[in-house]
Amino acid sequence: MGTASDITRAREEVAAWHPGQIWQPPTKRQRWFDVAFRKLCVAFAALTVVLIVVLVVEIGIQAIPAFREFGFGFLTGRVWDPNAHTYGILPEIWGTLYTSLLALFFGTLFGVAAAIFLAEGYLGEAVFKLLKSFNLHFHPFWGKLPQRCEALLKTLIELLAAVPSVVYGLWGLFVVIPMIRPLCNWLHSQFGWFPLFSTDLSGPGILPAVLVLAIMVLPTITAISRDALVSVPPKLRMAAYGLGATRWETILGVLLPTASRGIFGGIVLAFGRALGETMALAMLVGNANHLTVSLFSPANTLAALLANNFPEADSKQIPVLMYAALVLLAITLVVNMFGAVVLERAAGKAEAK
Amino acid sequence: MSDPRQSSSPSPDPGKNLLVQAQEEAIRNPLEGVNFGELELSLYRPRTLFSILLSILVGGMTVMALVPLFAVLWMLIWRGGQKLSLALFTQLPPAPLEQGGGFGNAIVGTLVIVAIASVITIPIGIFTGVYLAQAKGDSKLASSVRFAAKVLTGFPSILAGVFAYGAIVLVTGGYSAIAGGIALSILMLPTIILTSESSIAMVPARMKEASIGMGATTAQTVWMVLLPTAMPGILTGIMLAIARAAGETAPLLFTALFSNYWLTSGGNLNLMQPTASLAVLIYNFSGMPFKNQVELAWAAAFVLVFMVLVINLIGRSFSREQVLQ
Repeated sequence: MGTASDITRAREEVAAWHPGQIWQPPTKRQRWFDVAFRKLCVAFAALTVVLIVVLVVEIGIQAIPAFREFGFGFLTGRVWDPNAHTYGILPEIWGTLYTSLLALFFGTLFGVAAAIFLAEGYLGEAVFKLLKSFNLHFHPFWGKLPQRCEALLKTLIELLAAVPSVVYGLWGLFVVIPMIRPLCNWLHSQFGWFPLFSTDLSGPGILPAVLVLAIMVLPTITAISRDALVSVPPKLRMAAYGLGATRWETILGVLLPTASRGIFGGIVLAFGRALGETMALAMLVGNANHLTVSLFSPANTLAALLANNFPEADSKQIPVLMYAALVLLAITLVVNMFGAVVLERAAGKAEAK
Repeated sequence: MSDPRQSSSPSPDPGKNLLVQAQEEAIRNPLEGVNFGELELSLYRPRTLFSILLSILVGGMTVMALVPLFAVLWMLIWRGGQKLSLALFTQLPPAPLEQGGGFGNAIVGTLVIVAIASVITIPIGIFTGVYLAQAKGDSKLASSVRFAAKVLTGFPSILAGVFAYGAIVLVTGGYSAIAGGIALSILMLPTIILTSESSIAMVPARMKEASIGMGATTAQTVWMVLLPTAMPGILTGIMLAIARAAGETAPLLFTALFSNYWLTSGGNLNLMQPTASLAVLIYNFSGMPFKNQVELAWAAAFVLVFMVLVINLIGRSFSREQVLQ
């Protein structure tokens, strides 16, 4: 019969025999540490939510003076003149949306193509066939090559996103612009009546910015689309093959429609990223306060406006820039939240199956 | 409409469903009417031709998507690598029209700013990740933290700079490495939180249950079982976040600003003064009309990309080992 005193005596014996025994009950210090640790975790987690609120509130408060002065006319004004103290950001809003959507178009085209290429395992298949012709496909070293090539390709596409945007800006400035300039000016001279080509490219402009931006959003689209395509249940693909569909009839008729939600979520997130991208645009878009549809004309975006004006801003200009920052924040938050919700729904739907 | 029981009778029945007749015919002679030539994978069949052409198209587009990566790397090695010398790492940036010079202070500045950001972010990120991995599914705080982290992932980097400008630079009255570090920490946080959460959640449940079964407290389980097991994944997240932060320019433009001098003043490290960084140096020098500065910008880009890619690849190698185990 074990009574309370027996247990205490047993514990004392154990403690005397080996004080560091792993199955001794937690000491007071350990319990205190446990409680403190848990509270710390909760506090840090809450901090993340607080951080977003503080971010919005901080920028909002700083923008209040400008909001009182300019109201909503700020959003539709076309003039940015610090000397006359007149500010409007319609050209910047237009430039942000225009460059982002164009970049998204090219990024989606190539990004989804790369995602299909990765998800279908084309490269691994090709390497496997090559090895088979040398009869090496079960070789302990060479047999692993197809998998390794696939992983390498995936890493390479992810590394596209790892190159800092300022380096892409530098590359665009000294390589892309001189390279596309003759073509652009030829297009302008031949098809100048077409609104997209209505000006010539004299240096920085929308098209080089869009091309570089497309490269920067492509890895996001590819990574998320590839995940969506890979998570399509294999039985759907097998069913399509079993009905006699070719590989591309399966991709277009079964895989892409099934993965469409995930791909769409990826595109929305990439859109958010393109809207907020700063350096490449600040270096390539030309920083001109133009409201234009021409691909070769210089323009400006909200993020580039902030990057160019903040370092030299005086105390009168700062609230105005904060107001512009608030507009950018509102646009990107809406787009990003929408993207996060779409992806969450897509994941939920995939799990439900 | 015929009764299904009738249709199973063997003799041909005029009232029978046409489909059922066709099925029975197919069972008797399964290969009749099949033209085997049509099943061949041949370029003369529109369906297979379409499939093969699209496969080639997609392969070509993937190669084209990778061209910029190699083009950038090649240009960096060609234009930046040429100028590489020891002087670049030890000297200060040159004044306009001055020859030579380097960006030693910018390398130190980048390292210091990223270190400040890491010191702030790593504990917060890991502990938040622990909380998320441990939280029950219906916890409201957990789902809102997760949502906040996802929204922060796409947070424009320039707005982190705007925030740090309003909250730190205006309050302390000057540009500083601290302000730059805080701006970068906002960008690093979501990556560390989300990778920590997913790698802790991937620890097998039986390990956690064994630890709890032996009477360990939650803190002991986390410190002695979960964190050591999940460490490769967490390290990958940290390294990827650091690699991203090291290349960020926009948040530093008006928080750390730039400086032509070393970070020390009078022999002491001073973190409350404008600080140079490689990324801002590239941006500033790329817009200058001087050949020497542009060449320095390319060399700085080479050093920066080399640093970022090495950190990135080291980070990836951690979790690759974990996968192989």
